[in-house]
Formats: sequence, C-alpha cells, structure tokens
Amino acid sequence: MEFFKIRRDIPFMRHALAFNIVSLVTFLLAVFFLATKGLNFSIEFTGGTVMEVSYQQAADVDKIRKALDSRGYNDYSVQNFGSSRDVLVRMPLKPGQNSADLSKAVMESLTAEDRTATLRRVEFVGPQVGRELAENGALALLITSIGIVLYLALRFEWKFGVAAIIANLHDVVIILGFFALFQWEFSLPVLAAVLAVLGYSVNESVVIADRIRENFRKMRKASVTEIIDNAITRTISRTIITHGCTQTMVSSMLVFGGPALHYFALALTIGICFGIYSSVLVMAPLVRWLGVQREDLVKPIKDKKEEAVV
Amino acid sequence: MNRYPIWVYATIAVALLLGALYTLPNFFGEAPAVQVSPARATLKADTAILGRVEDALKKAGIQPTGMFLDLVGVKVRLADTDTQLKAKDVVDQALNPDTANPSYTVALNLLPNSPRWLAAIAQPMYLGLDLRGGVHFLLQVDMRAAIAKRAEGLAGDMRSQLRDRGIRHSGISREGNNIVVRFRDAETRDKARAVILEQLPDLQLADSSSGSELLLVASIKPEAQKRTQELALKQNIQTLHNRINELGVAEPVIQQQGSDRVVVQLPGVQDTAKAKEILGRTATLEVRMVDEDNMNPAALAAARGGQVPFGDEFYIERGGQPLLVRKQVVLTGDRLTDAQPGFDNQTHEPAVHLTLDATGARIFKEVTRENVGKRMAILLIEKGRGEVVTAPVIRTEIGGGRVQISGRMTTMEANDVALLLRAGALAAPMEIVEERTVGPSLGADNIKKGFDSTIYGFAALSLFIIVYYALFGVFSTLALCANLLFLIGLLSALQATLTLPGIAAIALTLGMAIDANVLINERVREELRGGATPQAAIHAGYERAFGTILDSNVTTLIAGLALLIFGSGPVRGFAVVHCLGILTSIFSSVVVSRGMVNLTYGTRKRLEGVSIGNTAWK
Repeated sequence: MEFFKIRRDIPFMRHALAFNIVSLVTFLLAVFFLATKGLNFSIEFTGGTVMEVSYQQAADVDKIRKALDSRGYNDYSVQNFGSSRDVLVRMPLKPGQNSADLSKAVMESLTAEDRTATLRRVEFVGPQVGRELAENGALALLITSIGIVLYLALRFEWKFGVAAIIANLHDVVIILGFFALFQWEFSLPVLAAVLAVLGYSVNESVVIADRIRENFRKMRKASVTEIIDNAITRTISRTIITHGCTQTMVSSMLVFGGPALHYFALALTIGICFGIYSSVLVMAPLVRWLGVQREDLVKPIKDKKEEAVV
Repeated sequence: MNRYPIWVYATIAVALLLGALYTLPNFFGEAPAVQVSPARATLKADTAILGRVEDALKKAGIQPTGMFLDLVGVKVRLADTDTQLKAKDVVDQALNPDTANPSYTVALNLLPNSPRWLAAIAQPMYLGLDLRGGVHFLLQVDMRAAIAKRAEGLAGDMRSQLRDRGIRHSGISREGNNIVVRFRDAETRDKARAVILEQLPDLQLADSSSGSELLLVASIKPEAQKRTQELALKQNIQTLHNRINELGVAEPVIQQQGSDRVVVQLPGVQDTAKAKEILGRTATLEVRMVDEDNMNPAALAAARGGQVPFGDEFYIERGGQPLLVRKQVVLTGDRLTDAQPGFDNQTHEPAVHLTLDATGARIFKEVTRENVGKRMAILLIEKGRGEVVTAPVIRTEIGGGRVQISGRMTTMEANDVALLLRAGALAAPMEIVEERTVGPSLGADNIKKGFDSTIYGFAALSLFIIVYYALFGVFSTLALCANLLFLIGLLSALQATLTLPGIAAIALTLGMAIDANVLINERVREELRGGATPQAAIHAGYERAFGTILDSNVTTLIAGLALLIFGSGPVRGFAVVHCLGILTSIFSSVVVSRGMVNLTYGTRKRLEGVSIGNTAWK
C-alpha cells in the first residue's frame, strides 16, 4: 500500500509567507487567550483539595451542593467526573485548615446525604508545594528548550537549533492556548504531555534538517529553496505516517484511558497535529530566512596533499 | 552485505531472553498473604516466630499455600482473601496477647504468585499507589520550631551552667532564636562568656547593652542549626516509623525528601482516616515544673480568669484539676528513648516506665534532687496548644535515667500515657503539605484503563503497519513487541514503580518508537524506487536512517531527562518510563528489526524483491 505518490517536489517555500502569517495569527490568538482567560490550573499548582466520590446511582450534583452549603462550605466546585455516578469536589486552600479534617468532614456530610457515597481519591496540595511544582515545570521547559537548541546547534548549525525551537515552542504555546480557551484543567500530567510533545516534535525538525543537509551534499546545483522543498516532499510520507501511528496510540488513550488520562491525551493530540504543521511549515521557512547556506552544513574537505608540500 | 555476525544475533537472543525472564513474573499475578514483622527493634524475625505462626494457623485449621522467612519477617501465602483475613486475626491473637502493646506487626500483603525458581530471579513491577490504592503523604517539618526549641533547651543549659559556677546574672531570656543574658558588671560578663564558650560550643556570643545593663547575646551557630535540623528530621522519621508500625502496613515507604520533608506512602491502606489521624498527630513532648509557689486557690482562680502569673502557663490536667506550669522547659521529648506501661514493683499499681538518654538522665537527676515533694508536668504540645498528660509528684531524687510514673492510674490509662509519650516524641511539629489517597477500586480501574488503552492502541497500530508495509510491517510490529518486552523487563529488573502516567508513557513510547521503523521502511522504499537492488536498498535504508533516528531520539531524551530531574510525583513516574522507553526503542527498532530482516533476506544470493508494500510507481 502507498498513500503518497508524489512525483514532483511540492513548492512549499513559495507559500512560506502565507504559512508564516497563519502561524503568527494562531500564535497570537493563543497568547491572547492565555493572557485574557489564563490557564485553569489544577490544585497541584494552586494548592487545595480534590475529592473523587463515587455513588451507586447517578449522583445528584445539586443535592451534594446543598449538603455542602448547609455545612457552611463555600467557594467549592462539584462536577461529574468520567461518569454520572462519579463526582469531583474541589476545595480551595484555607489558611489554618487541616487537610485531614477537611476531607473527613466533607465525606461525613456527603455520606449523611447518601449512604452509598464512597471516597475514591483524595488529593491535597499545600500552597508551598504548588508553587514549587509550577516553578519546576517552568524550569523543565526552559532546560529542555536550551538542551535541544544546543544539541541541534552542535549536530547541525545554530540556525536549525533556533528555527526548531521557535517552531516547537510555537506548538507549546498553541497547546496552552487551547487549554486557556476551553478552560481545560492544566495538571501535572498535562505538563508532562507538553514536554513530551516538545521532544517529539523536534524529531520532525531533525528529520527535515537531516534531509536538508543530505540534499546540500547531493544536489550541488540546486538553490536553497529547491533543496528545502525536496527535503520536505521526500519526508512528508514518513511525517504523516509516524504522526498517524502515534496519534493512534494517543486516540486509544483518549477513548479507553478514562478521565485520569483525558487531558493528557488531549494535550498530546493537539501537540501532534500542530507538530506536523509547525515542523514542515514553520521551521523550514525560518531556517531559510535565517539564511542557511551550503557552507553551513557541508564542511569543505581540505586537500591533504597541499598541506604536505613543503 | 545484510548479514550480522553471530555475536549480534547472540546479543539479540540474550536480550530477548532476559527481557522475557524479567517480564514473566508480571503475568502470574499476586496472591493474598499475611506478613508478620517485629514491631520493636529488640525483637528479631527468626525461625521461632515461623514456628509460632505455623502452630497458630494449624490450630485454627488454616492451610497456607506457602510460608517463608525473609529479612523483613514471616510471610504466609494464602489461597484467597477470606482466609487471608481469618489468618491475620488468628496470627495477631497468637503473637500479640497484649493488644494495646503489640510485639509484632501483622499486616495484609500481596505476594507475587510466580513459581519459586522465578521468584528467586525476578520480581514483578512494583505498582504505584494510584494502581494498587493507598495513601501518599508529604510532610513538612517545621524547622523554625525545631531551632526555637533548641534555643530554649540551650537557655536552660546556660542557666544551670552559670548557677553551678556561681556566676550571678540578672536574667536569662530567649528572644526569637537568641538567648539574652543580663549582667550588672563587665567582670561577671567576662567570666560568664568564658564559661559559655567552653561549655556550650554550639553558641556564638556578642556583647550588647540596654540602659545600664550589660547584655550577652548568644545565638546558635549556623552549623549547629544545620545539625539540629538534621537531627530533628531523623528523629521525626524514626517516630513516623514507630507510629506506622501501629497501623500494620506491609510495605510502608518513609523517606526523606529534600532538607525538611518526609514522604510517607502506605500502600493498600483502606482506613485512611486512621492513617491520617496517627500521622497527623504532630505532638511534641515537654517536661516542665509545676509552679508550686502560685498553686493557691486565689492564683488559680485569677489564672482561670486570664491573669496568669509571669513565666507561667495555665493548664487543666486530664483529670480536670487546674495547674500552673512554668514556661521553662526542663526536658524535651527527644531526651526520652522509651516509654512502656507496666506495674510498680512494690505496690503493684499500674505504672509507666520511662527511659531517658544520658543528658536527660543528668538533668532529671538534678531537677528531682532540688524538687523533692514538688510536682512536675509532662505536656504534649500539639500545634502550639499544650495538654498535660500527667503531673506526678517527685518522691525522691531519680538517677540513672529510669523513671517510673505511678499512682492514680488504671492499666488502660498507663497504656495510653505510654503510647502518647512514645509516639509523641517528635522533635519538631510536622504538617501535611501534600496528600494523595487512592481507593482500591480506583486503583484496579486505573490498571484496566491503562492496560486497555495500550492494548487497543497497539493492535490498531500493528494492523496498519502490517497492511501498509507488508512483511517489513510484520518486522516492525515484532520489533515493537520486543521493545515492550525490554521495557517491562527493565522496569521489573530495576523495581521501578509503575503508575498510571507510567502506563501512559509505555503507550506513548510505543507510538513514538514506530517512528524509527517508519523512517527505515520509507527509506528502503525510496532506495528501491531509485533503482537500487533489494539488498543495497535494505542496507542503505538502515544505514541512512540511523543518524536521523539517533538525533531525533536524543532530542526526545533531553525532554525526558528534564522531566525526570524537575518532575515530581506523577510526572516522575511518566519520565522514568519515557526515558527507559527511548533507550530500548533505539535498540529494538534498529538492531532487532534489522536482525529479522537479515535473517529473512540477507542469506539469499539472488533477491528479486522485498515485501515492503507497493514501490512500483514511478
């Protein structure tokens, strides 16, 4: 079987400006949503208590709210989680309150309302731990970016490193933009997914960069634009098949993984879809605009005989 | 050209064999078991205990399916969970006649069900709390309180040192972490300074003055502060160990994290409320003197109204009696090494026996000598609020560090007091800063969901790859299976903890590992289209793709390592599997798949074509 019977190189670079404007607009939109709506951080980052409670029949969220209101709690959120029988209760941090007492007291008021309520999970994060997690997450993102730029600069050329990281950070910002726009919960596993996507999308850039280098060696007479077009065209089938395969796995997580893996898989899905786009249509034009040349990648071989002459 | 030397095939075979061997235990599942381990350091797990457990089970008519002794204690494997619960009760009754003060911890556990020869080589993966259910706590030790307490203790030491040498000062007080001593003249201050520097090397001194008074301001040296913090953390961890023994958890994890935190993980604990109650009991112990001068009805009545005499604190004893207790601390809980309930030798009254360490014994001797006939109070301080556990009268001078508290106590009370004293000996208060509780049903659910998503994803992926790349697709799929085998084998061999994000990482790694094979297969197709002979195309395809595969895996690994270093909790579980998966995938997708290709095609002299899907179009 073969999906891609492309006989002539596709002139990607001819439309580079258009692609870059599209990316810029999506990027700016993502930044806009991040700035105006902000991320809906999970309690892992903000601190607080989350309780997952399971009922035998469909849970009556209004009744649960009433039960909690009558106990004097406010500022909490109750929502269904995964199925109609499971609910998630979120409580913000309150100074001077003990997590152990809180979850116990909440559970008592819930069981008083409905005897079948059972506690499935409690998560409590103190304010300090939350701040540390957020800081460490940002640090991990920074270190990953620097590491990738350095590695690509070493293996290829600094222009590729810079272009690849801009293209892929653009993906990261777009994922975050989606999470801000839809106010999906941004949790630790989502952060892990974002970083995994960053590493994964760079693969894409590496594959193309590798081809560009190879083409510089082989196609001596071709222009830079032709070389880039050829590199992208030659790798496009691999790009789409690989991403399709990875997405198959991720879709399976999205379908069968349940609520615990939902946002993790969702972040990966967005990352994978935009990863294709950005490596092909953001990174390559950037490399060209940074002014990549044959001499950057193909080191001139010195003639040893000349050196030997005294 | 497409032949591997024998040693490469041998390496692949050995790797596959090891992978299979270490993966195998994961398929046998786990059997319910009861674990018996000594609750006190003085007791040892030996064959005698094994015999006693065996007898107890025989008497109750319970037939264990297996029984052995290891470093932790005795482990009894049982047929089902009902027998497990029954066996636990039977063994508990037989070994711990005194339920209030158990000598052995009897806990429910799960043991790998693999045959003995296999269990000797390999263990199944260790399941994280989100998969097996249990409690995870992160506790933060209040180091400022630890330092403040140390300063209070040093102030006490200074007082007794100066008194011993007859150096007259006009007051010692603690201000924050500093100790301020007041003097009337410079000569006395110089003398005092010499004594303090010699006797209390943990302090550094500075001169100061306030009005006509000359001051000596002592502060704890930074290195002594650090030592105090380390000791406080160590002691708290020890205390947590003791407390958790009370809970009867099979494999608790109690670990230091950073400089002031402790991680506690209790797998399989169902009664989370009790666990929290026992851990959250952040009590510290203090011995202080009762202010006998002010223990008159008038002063007590005034104190009840809020007019507490200077330097005193007002408490209600457990019996309901009001007490005025001096603020000055004589001894703290860290001087107490043990507290056991028992009986007075002469009167046979219930009593509590305390054992103090050397410093504690010396201080106690001094204090009791000077205060015969007076009362001392033992206080339990919880989150800044104190409670008088007991306030006994000192009958005689007590030396040697062995103290007995008796009188007006029932056996039950003696047990309670001993437990409170023993378990309450935290060096500094702790607070839960992170908590994760996962019920057992959710854990089972998580395993199923994680497993399902991996299996279905893998099946769909394999189907597509085989249809698209024909025989090369089969090789790619088999290479992916080998990757899974290596990864699970490696995780089992390292005894890494598998969590739900870890399972997600396995699925994701498989989805990403296929990239290498797609790269190779596409390259081989391209070479074939370019007119290369089949053998040359295979060779060039693998050769040319390898550099790209390496580069792309290194960049993924950079992201994985960053996650590993900065991640915590669920992210770390993801990162470990992700990083290991990248390493195994390079080997399996390049070397293992090439091995299969070489075995199939490499030996043929005249190869007409390879089965890699349609390459005929031009």
